[in-house]
Amino acid sequence: MSRIASLQPLAASKFGFEQAAHLLNRAGFGGTRPQIEALQRMGLNRAVDYLVDYDRIDESDLPEPQCDPDIMRPPTAEERELQKQARTDEVIQDRLRAAQLFRQELDAKQMVELERWWLGRLIATPRPLQEKLTLLWHGHFASHYRAVGDSYLMLKQNQFFRTHAAGSFADLALGIVRDPAMIKFLNNNSNRKGRPNENLARELMELFTLGEGNYTEEDIKEGARALTGYTYQDNDFHFDKRAADMETKTILGQTGMWDGESFVRILLNRQDCPTFIAYKLYRHFVADIDDGFSDLAKSFITQLARLIWTMRYQLKPALKAMFRSQTFYDPAIMGNQIKSPAQLLVGTVRMLDMPVTDINLLGDAMNMMGQKLFNPPSVAGWYGGRSWINTSTLFVRQNLCTYLLTGKLPFRDGWSPDQIELDPSQFIEGLEHPTPGQIVDHLLGTFCAVKLSPERREPLVKFLADRANPTSRDALIGVMLLITAMPEYQLC
Amino acid sequence: MSDKFMFTRRRFLQTGLALASASSLVPAFVQRSAAASTDGADSRLSSQPGVPQDRILVVVELNGGNDGLNTVIPFGDPAYYHARPRIGIAEKDVIAWDTTQGIGLNPEMRDFKTMVDNKMAAVIQGVGYPNPNRSHFSSMDIWHTGDPLGGKGLGWIGKTLDHYRASHNGVIDPTACICIGNETPLATQGRQVKPIAFEDANLFRWAGADLHPVLEKEYQHISRVGAQGQLEVDPANQASFLMRTALDAQIASDKVRNAVSRKPVTNFPQSRLGRQLQMVAAMIRAEMPTRIYYVGMGGFDTHANQIYGHGRNLREFSNAMLSFYNELEAIGQKDRVLSLAFSEFGRRVQQNASNGTDHGTAAPVYLFGSAVKSGLLGTHPSLTNLDRGDLIYNVDFRSVYAAILENWMKIDSTKVLGRSFRIPNIIQTA
Repeated sequence: MSRIASLQPLAASKFGFEQAAHLLNRAGFGGTRPQIEALQRMGLNRAVDYLVDYDRIDESDLPEPQCDPDIMRPPTAEERELQKQARTDEVIQDRLRAAQLFRQELDAKQMVELERWWLGRLIATPRPLQEKLTLLWHGHFASHYRAVGDSYLMLKQNQFFRTHAAGSFADLALGIVRDPAMIKFLNNNSNRKGRPNENLARELMELFTLGEGNYTEEDIKEGARALTGYTYQDNDFHFDKRAADMETKTILGQTGMWDGESFVRILLNRQDCPTFIAYKLYRHFVADIDDGFSDLAKSFITQLARLIWTMRYQLKPALKAMFRSQTFYDPAIMGNQIKSPAQLLVGTVRMLDMPVTDINLLGDAMNMMGQKLFNPPSVAGWYGGRSWINTSTLFVRQNLCTYLLTGKLPFRDGWSPDQIELDPSQFIEGLEHPTPGQIVDHLLGTFCAVKLSPERREPLVKFLADRANPTSRDALIGVMLLITAMPEYQLC
Repeated sequence: MSDKFMFTRRRFLQTGLALASASSLVPAFVQRSAAASTDGADSRLSSQPGVPQDRILVVVELNGGNDGLNTVIPFGDPAYYHARPRIGIAEKDVIAWDTTQGIGLNPEMRDFKTMVDNKMAAVIQGVGYPNPNRSHFSSMDIWHTGDPLGGKGLGWIGKTLDHYRASHNGVIDPTACICIGNETPLATQGRQVKPIAFEDANLFRWAGADLHPVLEKEYQHISRVGAQGQLEVDPANQASFLMRTALDAQIASDKVRNAVSRKPVTNFPQSRLGRQLQMVAAMIRAEMPTRIYYVGMGGFDTHANQIYGHGRNLREFSNAMLSFYNELEAIGQKDRVLSLAFSEFGRRVQQNASNGTDHGTAAPVYLFGSAVKSGLLGTHPSLTNLDRGDLIYNVDFRSVYAAILENWMKIDSTKVLGRSFRIPNIIQTA
């Protein structure tokens, strides 16, 4: 890989079809050939502006989530009275338990509805970067429904991420300590003066702002004290004065009567913070990196961090610089990121430009691939990269694509070709009497982010060459099935 | 300079990848793969002198919180009937086991008693952990991770295999752990080592292959590149990693489908658990290098009218286990397999007003195999000295894991559990 000055922008003349496809894959979820070509025609700068300044794009067509905020409400006075009685009355105890179980089941159903709503939004939004960023923040500031147990709070948190997705990271950090779902998830409602609970303070420093090792245990203790009183009531943030520790604290060398907000500001003032956020952005949009940071990655992250810092945590300048940089379009970067389940599913649906008939099925597929929305596996979110892939998930991914292309489910023996609703001729539109090789190259250009070697390409060409009519619906669907079954299809 | 970049590894790797479970609907995508060794005999869990390399552990998860008190029944204690006036099992119906202690089995556990009589089964009484958690998810996570402080992180079986891999130059057979069913349990998630999971071997392949025979042929070309041995996984190149995984998946698919297509020698019940154990027996018979199998059945969350449903579940459970071991004996593999059945908690002593029981704490675990010290082990928890209405445990579940790890699998349990435990005398082979 060439040594390039990392944030140096790509020369405008180098922004061709492949680069436009790459940009749409990473800053969005990919798209059809006409969509890629439209981006290409805009040229690098305008294309990036178009994707990043997405507030200019009208999204009023998208459906609002249907959500009852009161399923998991606090008990009424009457219910509190019943709870008292339940201590000595078995029948009342039973009734209350049954009522609780009923509410929990109702809420769990609502959470599933909201999962489907968000998945639908990922698929349909004209602002794909907004959703990609929302997914990033959801994994970065991770809470999961199983522990929060309140679907409305999860939605509220999700909307918070969406509102600030490409805004200011400072707003995200300041807001997350006031978010009811996060407070509940990390037990900050139990964090009281004299009886501290360090959970939120620890994750705030370790996972949300600075990264591991950039603070001490003492800082966590003091930080926890600063966060006392930050709790919630019903669905809203609530500052509980009685629980708050108002004495002086010393955090990262700074002494003062810090509260939650000032604690976060201390963290934002540390150089480790923009570096950590730059690293997260790099990992989400540029490359799957593990321990082995290449010099290129380090240099890029350092420069990106500087930009985030200088712009006082405004994210758009950093995003634009990233999407315009030479590094971003380096051959070692293009086609070398493993698609998350969301990327694979949403990307394939968008590339096929098909209406979704069964969102529930797609939601289940997301779960099986390891990315259940609103349920990251722990407060550290989803690790991503190679951890998405093993012999188990690979078949799920391949068969998801088979379903999207043909409507066939793996166990359904009684399946007929009439079930294929997709008209694949749209994918070779404009080609005049193409040879099998030309068809394959054209399809790969839209669908595959990896440049295939001749050996890898050969089975595809051979399949078409053996068909009586390589442009027939069967032939095209067949070769597209093969493309989506290729290991390389898992990359973007 | 490098310090700044060290925030990646530890915390993230702790999460592992929890292959989130399918919803209970479980439609199309329930096929996972069982990767088989691509290196043949070399990558079997390799032996060191004196270390048995042919031992297998089967973990059976009884999901929902099995009511231990109505399974292993303290019929000799009047407190039992006092607490369960309408759902207590009458003494005349109980299968007598230890008349001195007044302990017997649920009448539906006839097959289990047969195994006990043949010295092939044991019950450990009063198993639990401190500060019990009565939430399904939390308590199940605790059993899965071996961590009573919250159950975040990797699974105990996953960690076992990670440790094994680390002490064998980073080599372990891809099929070391196979899960059958539609969930990939947290217990089996390791940092590097991931389980293979599938529900039905016939789903275990690319669905496109069914659409056209020619597609199958080309798919094989695409997926088996590197079968000639040129597949080096380059840490910087994701495509090489994917191609390697694809190859593993195809080989796995072949091996598993081949293995489970063979009819069993004995009769297996076609219950949920029976079908899973039939597949396990078939894979053992086919000499797959797998060392840990994970199976399970649900339906134990008996909040209401539990007598019939609970009994039916117990019958399915004990019948499936007996059939499993009968098959193992018939194929000459009986002595290699140790099985552990557990549930995420027991249930409350006092029945509820719906003729059922609510989430509780300590409960028995069940062990199977010729290596177990068969019989009724441990002490029954007191029915009167309770923790807010719940049984107080007297055996920490982690010590049961420790015994299995140390005495059966010959693995240093402290590496997996984070500390040492007094090993209970439950496994007799040294």
